[in-house]
Amino acid sequence: MSGISRRKFLTCTLVGAGATALSLKTTDAFASAKLEGYPDSMGVLVDLGRCVGCRSCEAACNREQHLPAPAQSFDDPSVFDQTFHNGQKRRTDEQAYTVVNRYEPTATDQPVYRKSQCNHCNEPACLTSCFVNAYTKTSEGAVIYNPNICVGCRNCMIACPFNMPAYSYSSATNPVIKKCIFCYDTRLKNGLPPACVEICPQQVMTFGHRKELIEIAHERIKARPDRYIDHLYGENEVGGTSWMYLAPAPFEEVGFDTTMNNEPIISNVKDFLGTVPMVLAIWPALFTGFHLLATRKHDIEQHGDDHSAHKEEEKKS
Amino acid sequence: MKIKIIIPVIIATFVFVAGLSPLMAATTPPAQVRIDQLSKDFEPVEFDHASHVDMVGDCGECHHHTTGTASNDPDCMRCHNSGATGERVACRDCHAPDPFSADHLKTTSEDRKRYHRDLLGLKGAYHRSCTGCHEASGGPTGCLDCHLRTEAGDALFRAGKYTPAPTDKAAGH
Repeated sequence: MSGISRRKFLTCTLVGAGATALSLKTTDAFASAKLEGYPDSMGVLVDLGRCVGCRSCEAACNREQHLPAPAQSFDDPSVFDQTFHNGQKRRTDEQAYTVVNRYEPTATDQPVYRKSQCNHCNEPACLTSCFVNAYTKTSEGAVIYNPNICVGCRNCMIACPFNMPAYSYSSATNPVIKKCIFCYDTRLKNGLPPACVEICPQQVMTFGHRKELIEIAHERIKARPDRYIDHLYGENEVGGTSWMYLAPAPFEEVGFDTTMNNEPIISNVKDFLGTVPMVLAIWPALFTGFHLLATRKHDIEQHGDDHSAHKEEEKKS
Repeated sequence: MKIKIIIPVIIATFVFVAGLSPLMAATTPPAQVRIDQLSKDFEPVEFDHASHVDMVGDCGECHHHTTGTASNDPDCMRCHNSGATGERVACRDCHAPDPFSADHLKTTSEDRKRYHRDLLGLKGAYHRSCTGCHEASGGPTGCLDCHLRTEAGDALFRAGKYTPAPTDKAAGH
């Protein structure tokens, strides 16, 4: 490439270096933006060893959220024997934002009951996946959504690592997402605990500031190491959740996914998604520049010819 | 809103000692305790304190602080080994009826050096104290064994006359 002039080479190098620097800077910015959650986020510590499976929490949720009547009474323990496809236990749906299931782990004599509902992640995957921005993570810690914005695409159902969002399949005209909202509208934003926490006779759930709950949980493990698995589920899983769990038996035996990464789900995609705006913004300019440089010689030659022609004309006159 | 919380607490004071002086209250165990914190959904429970005193004998079986005997919990005795008599004997004196109210959370958050930070609320303390012993001694453990539901409670649990009509859906989809 003897045709490249010194000036052209320098310009190309500068442009290339600039683009590289920009892309590196973008990646760094994303890497350092790891959220620790809102500083004053509230949370709930669930101590599974205390639960006796009375299902009062399900009843309280039903009343608080004005959900439709269930198929069976809330004091009917036969629901614990129900299994669905592939032996799955009951799950949250449009009529129940929280469900209690019974497990019989080998480590304990007594059955262990586990309440499930939205865990209100610090960096919610549902929020990330929602292309109409229906979801909000409030400073109180709740992950809420606006059903008027929801278009019913169900991306969040796929994105949620805990399989919590449900869908109003019963609505033919306007199906939307349905899930636990931490009783945000009626309670949390007024400084009150959610209905399930308040009704629980055994105080399975402790409501408070998430940071303090983490301390309390570790103190409980330390005080009674024989009673707890030495792990606070939700402290770090998928970047941390507002609802956290202590268990008397291995978590995988009481319905928890223990293969969860401590990185938020968004970390899987944010490096890639971070490059999209860069590509869109820089590449057109960069390649236009390359094109202009590559065709410059031709332009100069043409322009040069014109110029010399002009000079010749001048000479003639 | 506060009155709603306070009234049950006041009513829950020992019925027996209602007419007696506070000094007497500290030393005389009540014969009966009316527990009606859940009065919206459940009828009040008339707890027969006297018969439990006869049955158990040792106050320290249920109370951390008593008017005479020391606590049975060796962990408590690590610090509280000097005196057995406590001024606060009733459950509600330490176990708050509203453990998750904004005021209560603020108090516990600010009191960082407090040792008993992870304290059960009154309802949790009652249930966990009662059911643990009842399970071990064969006492009643079902919800309705102690609590009669009000109509609002039946509506809440969708039980009694609010029981849903059986459908095919009950068996799952």
